[in-house]
Amino acid sequence: MKNKRGGSTDGRKIEAPGSYPFTRGIHPRMYLKRPWTIRQFAGFGTADETNERFKLLLKEGNLGLSVAFDMPTLMGLDSDAPNAEGEVGRCGVAIDSLKDVERLFRGIPLDRISTSMTINGPAIILFALYLAYAKKQGVSFRRLRGTLQNDILKEYIAQREWIFPPKPSLKLVVDVIEYCTRRVPQWNTVSISGYHIREAGSTAAQELAFTLADGMTYVEECLKRGLAIDAFAPRLSFFFNAHLNFLEEVAKFRAARRIWAKKMKNQYGARNKKSWLLRFHTQTAGCTLTRQQPENNIIRTAYEALSAVFGGTQSLHTNSMDEQLALPTEKAVRIALRTQQILRHEIGVTQAADPFGGSFVVEALTDELEEQAERFFRQIRKIGGVVAGIEKGFFQKEIAKSARRYQREIEQKKSIIVGVNAYLLEEEVPIPTLKIGSETERRQIRNLRQIRKTRNGRRVTLVLDRIRSAAEKGENVMEALIEAAEAYATLGEMVDALKSVYGTYRQRVFL
Amino acid sequence: MKKRKKIILAKPGLDGHDRGIQIVASALKEAGMDVVYLGLQQSPETIVETAVREKADVIAISVLTGSHLSVFGKIMEGLKKRGRTDILVTGGGIIPDEDQKKLNRLGVGKLFGPGTPLEEIVSYLESWKAPSP
Repeated sequence: MKNKRGGSTDGRKIEAPGSYPFTRGIHPRMYLKRPWTIRQFAGFGTADETNERFKLLLKEGNLGLSVAFDMPTLMGLDSDAPNAEGEVGRCGVAIDSLKDVERLFRGIPLDRISTSMTINGPAIILFALYLAYAKKQGVSFRRLRGTLQNDILKEYIAQREWIFPPKPSLKLVVDVIEYCTRRVPQWNTVSISGYHIREAGSTAAQELAFTLADGMTYVEECLKRGLAIDAFAPRLSFFFNAHLNFLEEVAKFRAARRIWAKKMKNQYGARNKKSWLLRFHTQTAGCTLTRQQPENNIIRTAYEALSAVFGGTQSLHTNSMDEQLALPTEKAVRIALRTQQILRHEIGVTQAADPFGGSFVVEALTDELEEQAERFFRQIRKIGGVVAGIEKGFFQKEIAKSARRYQREIEQKKSIIVGVNAYLLEEEVPIPTLKIGSETERRQIRNLRQIRKTRNGRRVTLVLDRIRSAAEKGENVMEALIEAAEAYATLGEMVDALKSVYGTYRQRVFL
Repeated sequence: MKKRKKIILAKPGLDGHDRGIQIVASALKEAGMDVVYLGLQQSPETIVETAVREKADVIAISVLTGSHLSVFGKIMEGLKKRGRTDILVTGGGIIPDEDQKKLNRLGVGKLFGPGTPLEEIVSYLESWKAPSP
């Protein structure tokens, strides 16, 4: 393969894969050295049910687990909270206390696997629960590997799963980063996410720019805390969307790597090469799945996945064809997994790093996306940064505008979506979908009440007081949260303790 | 002059995925309807109360998390209690066909899934008339 040495296009020198600014990939040999990790997101019902699913995945050779939490957990509520009714264990696993974490990972040695946790508002608490369980298993924190999504900025910008206002939320993100830098060095502290920004309707350029702007905000907050750039930057990771416009998506991943490397080196003075590398997970675009002729979604997902692979992703989740209808069936999940296995083994895409390097169109698109991102960075700086932009509704309005344009183009048939505005069937052929019962909620609440009855109540009061006092003094709350987790304080109780100091965030509707 | 239709839109439950409902809200506004979008995490009780207080013709909600049966059920119950079954309850999201049929039997109007042309929603609401008492 020639691309090890680089080459030139349009009279301009292009660098080799694995060299600064890493447009062409973070390793010189990319997938020849190590293929991307197939990381499928899963979770449902109680911790026991998800534990069984995890064990099955591990038996099939999966080394990475990826936990999906239910809505009440994502919002920091206990399963018996009044507004949790009807949502317990529905779109993920319900976690109320250390007891559930013990059940979730029973029989799974935490030093042998890596765990990805998709959680944001209460991320620091779920991480404290995980650490408390590692302690119980006797696993040294230094051996723990995994990723905490812990990206609160994109929640205000796009996905809207928040608890506290932006400023204390950012402080909690930095608490996690600071703690990991000292104690859990192999943990990816934040997964800075464009996925949800794109799903909310942004363009590729907006996804790229807003995500990297969020990343730079976290970097600046850490620097304000007094952390050295090279102490924490190598453990920041990213998460992007793979949408339909194939060449633009490949260019987006390339531009992301290049911009981040330049910023880290030139703007923030990072010296460690690992600080310059933008490592990322990709998920195919859920918003491109259609309800009409759902089998076609298999094909869409495969092409989207291919763009992520050509873009040099480190790990990948492929969606199931029926997710516009219900939670996926086992068969749909298997096809999604097989899609990646076919990509990896059958079509030879692992043989060359960045095969589009030097392509006139892709290089031009990469440059153009970089320029567009820079324009957004200047605009964001002008309005006072990311938090000010959130408060003014800048991102929300920008994304809503793009979402409306996207929809209008479909309505006017300027964009053709097969099965939606062209090539329709007279009558749709239904496919079988998954059904979930309501037994989970009752069982989860019963377990939670049992814990509240049997734990040492005096100790719980004490540890919750410690959380409040650490928060009031502006100290890092990580240690206090781990202690509370060990005392079987519940998620809701810990969130309430923090809320009493930080307050809550209220949505403003920008229409 | 014909009175403008008043539509109350809301997202019940904890979910924050509001791309769909925001697009529908703007389309209804553009079509000249009187649109009030209440935002996220609205309880069925608040939605019903607001609709009655604001003299709305239509309640439209978006549910993507699988809790549609309980949410729509509670809204229908609330309206019945207040004797306001003349208010149309409609909406969209990830709602399996089978459940749509169940909800229609409860008196819920048409439900719209992903990929529905906006025009279809607008014309449904424009042509809808409250049953005469």
